[in-house]
Amino acid sequence: FSPSFSIDHMACKRTNPKVYIIASCVQYRLIVRDVNSLQILQLYTCLDQIQYIEWSSDSLFILCAMYKRGIVQVWSLEQPDWHCKIDEGSAGLVASCWSPDGRHILNTTEFHLRITVWSLCTKSVSYIKYPKACQHGIAFTKDGRYMALAERRDCKDFISLFVCSDWQLLRHFDTETQDLAGIEWAPNGCVLAVWDTCLEYKILLYSLDGRLLSTYSAYEWSLGIKSIAWSPSSQFLAIGSYDEKVRILNHVTWKKITEFEHPVTIANPKIIVYKEVEKCPRVETESLALPPAKAQASSLFRIQSKYDISQVPVSLQCVKPVADRANPRIGIGMLAFSPDNCFLATKNDNIPNAIWIWDVQKLKLFVVLEQLYAVQFFQWDPCQPRLAICTGNSKVYLWSPAGCVSVQVPMEGDFQVLSLCWHSNGDSMALLSKDHFCMCYLE
Amino acid sequence: MGDWTTVTVPALPSASKNTLLNTSEKKMCPSSLNMQQVQHSPLPLSKSPHSSFSAFCTDENVEQCVSYLNRELTTLGFPSLYSECNDRELNVVSIINCMNELLILQRKNLRTQEEVEIQHLKLGSDMDHLQNCYAKVKEQLEASRREIVGLQERDRQQQCKNRNLHQLLKNEKDEVQKLQNIIASRATQYNHDMKRKEREYNKLKERLHQLVMNKKDKKIAMDVLNYIGRVDGKRGAWRTGKTEARNEEDMYKVLLGGYEHCQKQLLMENAELKKVLQQMKKEMISLLPPKKQKPKERAEDGTEPVLSDMEEDAVELNKENMWELSCETVREQLTNSIRKQWRMLKNHVEKLDNQVSRAHSEALNDNDVISREDHELETEKLELEIQQCREMIKTQQQLLQQLMSPCDDDTSVLLQDCYLLEERERLQEEWKLFREQKKNFERERRSFTEAAIRLGLERKAFEEDRGAWLKQQFLSITYDHKNSEHVKSQSAFSGSSEPDNQLINFRSRHKKPHFLSSVPMAEELCQTVQHIAHNSNSSTVLNKTTEDSKPKQWKGINKPEAE
Repeated sequence: FSPSFSIDHMACKRTNPKVYIIASCVQYRLIVRDVNSLQILQLYTCLDQIQYIEWSSDSLFILCAMYKRGIVQVWSLEQPDWHCKIDEGSAGLVASCWSPDGRHILNTTEFHLRITVWSLCTKSVSYIKYPKACQHGIAFTKDGRYMALAERRDCKDFISLFVCSDWQLLRHFDTETQDLAGIEWAPNGCVLAVWDTCLEYKILLYSLDGRLLSTYSAYEWSLGIKSIAWSPSSQFLAIGSYDEKVRILNHVTWKKITEFEHPVTIANPKIIVYKEVEKCPRVETESLALPPAKAQASSLFRIQSKYDISQVPVSLQCVKPVADRANPRIGIGMLAFSPDNCFLATKNDNIPNAIWIWDVQKLKLFVVLEQLYAVQFFQWDPCQPRLAICTGNSKVYLWSPAGCVSVQVPMEGDFQVLSLCWHSNGDSMALLSKDHFCMCYLE
Repeated sequence: MGDWTTVTVPALPSASKNTLLNTSEKKMCPSSLNMQQVQHSPLPLSKSPHSSFSAFCTDENVEQCVSYLNRELTTLGFPSLYSECNDRELNVVSIINCMNELLILQRKNLRTQEEVEIQHLKLGSDMDHLQNCYAKVKEQLEASRREIVGLQERDRQQQCKNRNLHQLLKNEKDEVQKLQNIIASRATQYNHDMKRKEREYNKLKERLHQLVMNKKDKKIAMDVLNYIGRVDGKRGAWRTGKTEARNEEDMYKVLLGGYEHCQKQLLMENAELKKVLQQMKKEMISLLPPKKQKPKERAEDGTEPVLSDMEEDAVELNKENMWELSCETVREQLTNSIRKQWRMLKNHVEKLDNQVSRAHSEALNDNDVISREDHELETEKLELEIQQCREMIKTQQQLLQQLMSPCDDDTSVLLQDCYLLEERERLQEEWKLFREQKKNFERERRSFTEAAIRLGLERKAFEEDRGAWLKQQFLSITYDHKNSEHVKSQSAFSGSSEPDNQLINFRSRHKKPHFLSSVPMAEELCQTVQHIAHNSNSSTVLNKTTEDSKPKQWKGINKPEAE
């Protein structure tokens, strides 16, 4: 594959899900590029610094949110002249997102006072009061029919289910949580997982019509759930908690079927441990010409790295968290199922350099990838079981059941990959650094 | 000394009497005084043996002493000192005998005394030994008592420690409980505080919201160039009750769809599992023994009817499964049947295990030691055999090597020559045999030929004779045909050989009808002769030499016919 490099960019970019277009913004300009050629297709100018952009579901519109000003601007791809501006005024703007039908924009005002639903086709406005100020307060079903919204009134949590087509309130029920931390729909759209604050380990499962199906609580008093992930077939719900364990619930009985531990030492010989190993190429000072060309300079100091299979038992690098701080860096911070439902990738924040890949069919640990630096982000390829990992250095790492490889991003200067984003067809991915991004094409 | 003697002497007779009493219980002599005296008397005697030698008998009281001694000795069973005939004369022989006897007695007594003393010493030493043992045992007892006391002390200490540890554990547990309670109480406190703060926050939010709403500035607006169509191209619908109902419906449809999907998957799984269970059941049934009549095992007796039940169940279940029912009863039946089968199989396996173990244990228990010995013997034998076999193999290998490896040409040639010689010798022997046999055969052939020649000669001679005789007969017949008796008598003379008899018979038969013509008679005779020749030829040995002689000329006709 051939990575390509690009010009300075800022903040965010989004990959268009259907069409091969990338949108990226620089300060107040929105640039739309073609994915394959990275040619600029469109250029829009917004009123203020753009904080957030999002494509609509049909890839025809992009919304650009400017939180400082409380304005959301929507641009059309087909009709560059078309414009739309939504002003929240003094209410302020904290978050903005599209509705699944691509015609409504949900704005969350400041202090989570309300959610304003702006309709682009009817120019009507709806208000939803008392939204919950949590990270995953809004959840749309995969098919985009229903929206679940977490609310909080009188110190009690509620969930409201809306029909996205006409924003009718379908169900409104309270949850038995202390302080709802997040909600997430199952991919089949029938079950809603609601989990409580990290002070209490509790996850509730509600069916579409608002009935409580089951609750699950692994233990008391210790810090609880940190992250959850549904398997693509909705068969499993993986719950990562602060006690460094992942618990898998099955969808038939909603009982725990297994627990995955993340110990520091791996002793089982059946587990493959890939360890990233660095190789410094020797620099021959004599043959250096002064001043060295840019390319040469970068290649000189480029550190090669490759994966080595370490012999079991392997002891991983463990980071002891600061005990008296809130939100300690322990526990399972990231969970992701592979799209074919075969693998589960987890990251234990205690051992930030390692990624654990579990075989879902056998419910056993399959592979452990040990990196040199702390893993920043990983994401599965949407089409096949391929995992892309970035650790904040100028390399991107790919793992698949066939093997794993570390790829250097050929860039001038320092390109620290902080995040990445797969294209929806799995052919390419965008690598983001602090203010740059580049495309990586895979063959 | 004199006093002693005077005391003793008068007492003696009475003492002897008393001793007589003592020894023989016939006479009774009640004299207690004498007894007392008697009791006193032996002591001085024993105390001063040397003095008593001279003190007992002096020149004066010889007779008394002798008589006393006699009495004593007789009472003791010794023969009398006096001679038989005369009471006054002392029998020296008897005296000597008595003395000898007394000496012997004395020696015996000394010996016994020694023995007694030795025994006494032994007993004394035993006593000492026992006392020592006793002392030691007492010490040991003391020591063990002390040990016991020490151990008890330790035990007590350990128990104390144990109790302390238990106590500590309890304390720790209590602490943990307390801490948990503290956490719980703090959590509730925090929750309460949080709620309070949240309420305040909500109030502020409300206030703010009101302010924001009240402001109603133009800014809260949406500026759209033009409306954009909906995604699906339809117009927006009003929110009415119908739409609400429709939404509900849709929602339930989605839910139901999900559940149906789930249920389908579960049904498939169930069906597969049922199939697997059925298969397992069938296999288990086949594994178990079909029919057993062991009176010991009740379980097996019970399996027969159970098996039949199982089969019935199986039939039923098969039928039902074909319809793919999943009702409770079917499920229960299946699980129960599987459980029963499994139990039976387990029992069977356990029984087999027991049998095997029993067999093992029996074999071991019956001939425990012997079997081991047998084993050892057998192993030794086998080892010996193995060694022997190995040795044999080695020797054979060596021989083979010797045979196979041609070290030198000479030797090989020699060897070959050796083989050739051997063969040649063998062949020669065989040739000899053959030659001998050949000789034998030739001899026999010669003998046979000679015999044949002889036979031929004899035949010739016989034929000549016969021919001559026939001639005579013929002549005689033609001349004296009347004298058939002669013929008969002639025939009677030469009637031993068969052809003659036959000839005669022919003649006798043919004679009567053919009497008239001689020529035809001759012809008939010739014919008969021919017949006879034929017969004779047939009766004799086949190997005929062709040495025909002259005398058979007149039978030239016959010969070629006959031969």
